[in-house]
Amino acid sequence: MNEFIEYSLLGLFSGGVTALVALSFVLIYKGTGVVNFAVGEFMMLGAYLYYAGAVSFGLPPWAAFVVSLLLTGILAILVERAVLRPLSGQPAVAVMMATIGMASIIHGGVEAIWGGDTYSPPTLLPRTPLTMGEILIPGTVLGNFAVAALLIGAFLAFFRYSKTGIALRATASDPVTAATLGINIDFSQRLTWVLSGLVGTVAGVLIASSAGLSPLLAAAALGVFAAIILGGLDSILGAIVASMLLGWVEALGAGYLGGKSRDILPFVVVLVILVVRPYGMFGTRSIERL
Amino acid sequence: MLSTPAAAGLALAVDAVDLSFGGIHALRGVSFAAAPGRITAIIGPNGAGKTSVFNTISGFYRPAAGRVRLGADDITDLPVHARAGRGLARTFQNIALFHGLTVLENIKLGGHHTMRSGVLSALVYGRGVRDEELALREEVERRVIDFLEIEHIRHLPVDVLPYGLQKRVELARALAMRPRVLLLDEPVAGMNREETEDMARFILDVQEEWGVTVLLVEHDMGMVMDISSHVVVLNFGEVIASGTPAEVRRHPQVVEAYLGAESAVAA
Repeated sequence: MNEFIEYSLLGLFSGGVTALVALSFVLIYKGTGVVNFAVGEFMMLGAYLYYAGAVSFGLPPWAAFVVSLLLTGILAILVERAVLRPLSGQPAVAVMMATIGMASIIHGGVEAIWGGDTYSPPTLLPRTPLTMGEILIPGTVLGNFAVAALLIGAFLAFFRYSKTGIALRATASDPVTAATLGINIDFSQRLTWVLSGLVGTVAGVLIASSAGLSPLLAAAALGVFAAIILGGLDSILGAIVASMLLGWVEALGAGYLGGKSRDILPFVVVLVILVVRPYGMFGTRSIERL
Repeated sequence: MLSTPAAAGLALAVDAVDLSFGGIHALRGVSFAAAPGRITAIIGPNGAGKTSVFNTISGFYRPAAGRVRLGADDITDLPVHARAGRGLARTFQNIALFHGLTVLENIKLGGHHTMRSGVLSALVYGRGVRDEELALREEVERRVIDFLEIEHIRHLPVDVLPYGLQKRVELARALAMRPRVLLLDEPVAGMNREETEDMARFILDVQEEWGVTVLLVEHDMGMVMDISSHVVVLNFGEVIASGTPAEVRRHPQVVEAYLGAESAVAA
């Protein structure tokens, strides 16, 4: 029983970080209709910038973190302006291909600068593990989850209550009408990319500082796509619930069936649920399947 | 207590507007004016350019030549969202409510542009200003809801409402913007007799009680002739006639172009 609780907690906690990556994706899909395949690469780049700041330039970790957020924020503005805005109105597949192109460029750039080695960036969070009787939860897992939960909570409140958040929702739902109501669409879409970039960077730094930093980090987003599709592409709540669920299944599988099942089990779950609910657990029924 | 949620209506002038898509001239030298505080209608056969005129006024289309003026201001080059702040509001031919939101939430989005305050400006201007804005906005929302008799449905999601009520909620959202000029794109399209009469009454009330300038596009001739003080007739992207409903109804070119040559005798 203790074992089960420990695996479950580990899984749910790591699912929280996955949810951050999923949030980074869903923000853009909901806000601008773009399927962003570069979400993993953005996250990875954010983590490398953090590493460069903290290790190569010797900044204190918190300063390096702030710098990496600033830089990804600026990069997100540039990407939105230079790539996505000119492509607006083009077929979804063309835009999707552009994001795949961005992913390759970022991936190649990172490998060219930092190579394929694994680095260990300094952690931002305390490493003290949590022990409850025989259950032991590593400090980084707990810290990562706490940060993720806080950030996700803040985002949900932002979209629910703030003037800007409501404007973003209106823009996502119907940009033409939103504009006639006085909402600045260009600003909304730029802000969406910035927010997504920031969330991705936080996720990247959290994952890299607990699991190590290498170009493989971007591949972590693959599992996130499973969560996003499971949750329903356009549902923030769905992305969160699905991420936690998959994290849990993954941890139980790894614990009882061995580490290899980690790569298979989540996708089996996704497949089964999609057969029953093709639009995801929380997705809009009319959503286009890609 | 507010006497009117909207400031007095402004004149809207469209001046020699040309608009083309590729080689097709959607509008050619279109000029007309909507007098402040009056109801003006644009009529014309399908494809005459009525919606093009609306989209040019809203700012979705940029005219190749000509100007659009709101009161004393030239708004031709303003972006769509900036026109809301100048007092321009509109409804759409196909209802454009935000799905998944309630009636009240939709109406609140209408008041969105009037709110200066985010967290930052609340710090700059102080809480008092913010509270004042909020109070004013709530007052407007309450009056709009009362006025259009949608109190009983305000917490329902818009998706479950019948068509006629959805149209009314869209009008409510436009009014919550405190407009000085209101564009209505086919406000009674697809409505039955009773719904049409209700909507016509609401439009008249908006104009009479609040002094808003109304410009509408509509196919229902009975309603147009009943409530408009000025009618502009478009055909093939050009203004072929304008005047009072009675004048327009007798205009030979209108009778021929719009109602068909044979109807001339009946009209």
